[in-house]
Amino acid sequence: MTGFSKALETVDIKAAYNRVFCAGPFYLAFMSLFGLLFIIGVAAGIHAVHIVGSRHAYGTYREIPLAILISTYIFFVVASTGLCLVSSIGHVFGVRDFMPIAKRSVLLSVITILAGFIVIGLEIENPIRMAVYNALSPNLTSNIWWMGTLYSFYMVFMIIEFVFLMLNNHKFAATAGLLGVISGVAAHSNLGGIFAMIHGREFWYGPYLPIYFIASALMTGCAFIIFFVILAHKINRTTVDSATERALEVIGRLTILMLAVVMFFTAWKILTTAAGGPSKLEALSALISGPYSFNFWVFEIAGGMVLPFVLFFLSKGKNLRYMFVASAIMIFCIFFMRLDLVVVGQIVPLYMDLGVKEFAELHTYSPSLHEILVVLGGFGFCGAAFLLSEKIFDGFRETGNHVEPENVVVDAETAEEVV
Amino acid sequence: MMSNTSGGENMKHESPEHLPDQERRDFLKIGLIVTGIFAGGTLISLISNVKHLFAPGAYREEYPYKPHYTMVIRQDRCIGCQRCMDACVLHNDVPEYGWRTLVLEKEVPKAVGQKTEFIPILCNHCNNPPCVRTCPTKATYKDQTNGIVMMNDKKCIGCKSCIIACPYNARYFNEKKAAIDKCDFCLASWLSKGKQTTACADICPADVRIFGDLSDPESRVYHMVHQLQKPVWVIREETGAKPNVFYTKG
Repeated sequence: MTGFSKALETVDIKAAYNRVFCAGPFYLAFMSLFGLLFIIGVAAGIHAVHIVGSRHAYGTYREIPLAILISTYIFFVVASTGLCLVSSIGHVFGVRDFMPIAKRSVLLSVITILAGFIVIGLEIENPIRMAVYNALSPNLTSNIWWMGTLYSFYMVFMIIEFVFLMLNNHKFAATAGLLGVISGVAAHSNLGGIFAMIHGREFWYGPYLPIYFIASALMTGCAFIIFFVILAHKINRTTVDSATERALEVIGRLTILMLAVVMFFTAWKILTTAAGGPSKLEALSALISGPYSFNFWVFEIAGGMVLPFVLFFLSKGKNLRYMFVASAIMIFCIFFMRLDLVVVGQIVPLYMDLGVKEFAELHTYSPSLHEILVVLGGFGFCGAAFLLSEKIFDGFRETGNHVEPENVVVDAETAEEVV
Repeated sequence: MMSNTSGGENMKHESPEHLPDQERRDFLKIGLIVTGIFAGGTLISLISNVKHLFAPGAYREEYPYKPHYTMVIRQDRCIGCQRCMDACVLHNDVPEYGWRTLVLEKEVPKAVGQKTEFIPILCNHCNNPPCVRTCPTKATYKDQTNGIVMMNDKKCIGCKSCIIACPYNARYFNEKKAAIDKCDFCLASWLSKGKQTTACADICPADVRIFGDLSDPESRVYHMVHQLQKPVWVIREETGAKPNVFYTKG
């Protein structure tokens, strides 16, 4: 508690209040919009699950029980894990180029994991039972149990890490960060394991997904950091200092690498699926030439991988405009990657091989209005929390005891001298 | 205190550089120890539980439960009257939007003679049930006496992971129960009240569904599963779930 109260002391509440409410009409308009989306999303979710029933309000059904809300949850937790991993390269593992983005990244990882929890909380039918029986009746063979439990620990570690970062106590921040990395990776691979260990769903089954999820998290984390760091500077009307520029350049390079890795993974996923059984072929056909082909080719491949790859390459890590556009496109398109992953794994009927009338066609899914509102609510929460945090923490400007000359790239020696 | 400088200034980057490398190494060592314990513990727990988790016993030779309830479906006898479905709904309070058992219809236009066959489906009460492994709160579990895959409604969080994990599409979310519902071989409605069979098997006019104890060599189901003259198969054997609903013809 002392740490938290000390952390609060680092924020001048009155000044923060003034910064929020004097930030200009555009800022306040977006804050209101995001806040409103969040409130409407939560209301829509509560209405769907606890008043009219998810069967009536959501587009899911017996054959497609998991859909856009789960994929949105995955989108947010993948982003959170990625933000945690990329930021940890700097302040946990000591690569100094990554340090300037640490505080914002850690806070964003907390915001995105919370957004994920909000969305899944509005998807789960009995969230109170979940809280009770996750503790009282744990199933240690369940990937979902491990994922939920580890992500809860992860969130706590990330909050602690952020608090210590704000206190400039980097020793404890690094320890909490390391624990966050360990629990985040374990949780995230378990998320992949939920799908990967379902033998009855050929499209998902196998060791691919837990590994892919980690690579994809790094890619997503890079995109989030670049997008939000540049956006933050625009919001705060500040120029990007040279150390942050250097950090963005290095993260830009890491993004190119991770995009290449994910492209490689995706190519082999397609190739191995093409050599699979009839169920896999049906799913693959739907993905590359059927109802999900637009999502796949336009969003996943062109928007999620190729175009950002080209833009990052052309930017040479220096052209922030290109990098901002590339990361924005990536974030938008990665959302559809997650949706395809979740839905396409379920569209092939389990009894299709029997050749029966009832399951002769692929299952279809369209999100309902309630689902779309809950998704927008998750994004609204992210947007509002990000905007608010930028003003509350004053754009994460460096404070008191670590004053350095402006626009100087700090190396180890000079840093020690300054301190 | 945070700086209150107005916008327009260049933002300074954060500076945890003063953290000595030795301390960083110490943190990493701690991290490796934690990871090692975590990974080692997981492996040990997995290895020690592998028999319990993955039911490696020889399929159709060893029966871990007594009675080991099973159903044999004589597929070619089914006439598609769907009385089994009606009986199931009646005795188990199944809502109109859900089902515990279905009779699927298959048309084979080029077949000689009869062109349509019917395939009843239900929960297969697997020896290695993927739904039980995936449930985070043990709301669904294998009854240790008779092997029936059961639901404890009050523990069900409604995550629907068991629906996804089931290779047989045997589960649905029941609004009234606020939990997943599925076939329990009529344990709650019939077997627990002294009856010896299920509602669907009892009503069938063509004696398609034979319910019984596979661990009893004298039982009808044991004889049907262990004879060599007629083919006996299960649906989706490749999933490794080791189902306890068998199909036969002839």
